[in-house]
Amino acid sequence: MTEKKIRVLVAKPGLDGHDRGAKVVARALRDAGMEVIYTGLRQTPEMIAEAALQEDVDAVGLSILSGAHMALAPRIIQLLRSNGQEQVKIFLGGIIPDEDVPALKAMGITGIYGPGTSTQDIVRDVRSAILGVSED
Amino acid sequence: MMSLVKDLLGGNRLALARLLTQVENDTPDGRAALNELFSHTGRAHLVGVTGAPGVGKSSLVNQLALHIRKKTKKTIAIIAVDPTSPFTGGAVLGDRVRMRDLSGDGGVFIRSMASRGTLGGLAHATAALAQVFDAAGFDMVLIETVGAGQAEVDIARLAHTTLVVEAPGMGDDIQAIKAGILEIADILVINKADLPGLEHTERALRGMLELSHPIRHVFQHHGRSEVIEPSSGNVEINETLWEPPIQKTIASSGSGIPELADSIGAHVLYLDRSGDRDRRERSRLETELEALIQDTLAEQFRSSLPGELFEQAITGMLERRLSPWEAVKSLMNGRQH
Repeated sequence: MTEKKIRVLVAKPGLDGHDRGAKVVARALRDAGMEVIYTGLRQTPEMIAEAALQEDVDAVGLSILSGAHMALAPRIIQLLRSNGQEQVKIFLGGIIPDEDVPALKAMGITGIYGPGTSTQDIVRDVRSAILGVSED
Repeated sequence: MMSLVKDLLGGNRLALARLLTQVENDTPDGRAALNELFSHTGRAHLVGVTGAPGVGKSSLVNQLALHIRKKTKKTIAIIAVDPTSPFTGGAVLGDRVRMRDLSGDGGVFIRSMASRGTLGGLAHATAALAQVFDAAGFDMVLIETVGAGQAEVDIARLAHTTLVVEAPGMGDDIQAIKAGILEIADILVINKADLPGLEHTERALRGMLELSHPIRHVFQHHGRSEVIEPSSGNVEINETLWEPPIQKTIASSGSGIPELADSIGAHVLYLDRSGDRDRRERSRLETELEALIQDTLAEQFRSSLPGELFEQAITGMLERRLSPWEAVKSLMNGRQH
């Protein structure tokens, strides 16, 4: 049996076009041995949920620099749940004001990362969130 | 596992996605599921799409799938393979970026696969995923891989119809020719046909086709068989052969896509009418059986060997006391004691 690979969806929902951060994180996850399904810009919540399902991912990483996270995140979470993927861990990066963090965490987002976050912290968090929980 | 298979056969997409993961990881559940699903396979049309990076395969697959969905309503599964980094074991799978037009269509399912570094294993894993899609009822499975190499040739053997994609101006020589995968092509596609160098590329491909398929005595021309004088006496006149057509496309605009789809359809007809489909299927299953026998026997043998015997054999070879064949013989004899 081949070793289990962690599969992560990295997506940019909404209309913001700044994808450098998302690409940096995607490469860091790859360098940590994970399989990153990179979907690119201008993803709707429906497209993200559809990709998460088809690719049977362990985690979804959202990059939002437009400020629209309080509208986008709940919708994506709701779609993942209704697709039967409530166990998928969600990580959010971008421009997230501190005052929004408690609400986002309460929604079920595992990790929230602002500018300047070390990619190694993200890698560590993704790994522990996925491997720490599932015991095969 | 039974329930996952049952759900899949009932059309549950999450069950399908989960089963693909099990099968890709070659878990015991995955193998059991493949056993259960095998009797449901054999219906889907498998199309391989291969070519060097940058020729526009993903865009082509995107446009092709869009067109086929619109025109025929056939359901389509897409397996997009990208290379795993040999250093980190990870991969960025970015083919979905080019296929956004297909999102929201319940008749399409896109699955990204990393090559995971084992050449033989890739073809096997891809075949297994294709079987799952086949059993799930998809009419067509498009398998997109990076040419070229033995792995891609193996995947081409798995497909009923293989498209080899080129693009003009990618250097002085044509990638497919350098890689030697031209022989596996059922249809040659020159994508980005609006780029300079189109005529040169087309001439070079036609030239190479002459070399790859020298005995052409009967070929399909506008759906009819046409006979050319056979050059040697031992070729059957009634047998139809397929001459790979060259299709020119511009995937970014959709130009040439309907013609390419028609070409694929023509190849399906040819496969059925000529009996070639059964011949290829038989040959493919034979290859798969041989590979599985080898893998299974090797696994059994290796695990039954005491560790130190294996190490002693290696030491014997290192010290030039044993040749490799003698080492194998001693290991096999050692087993019998």
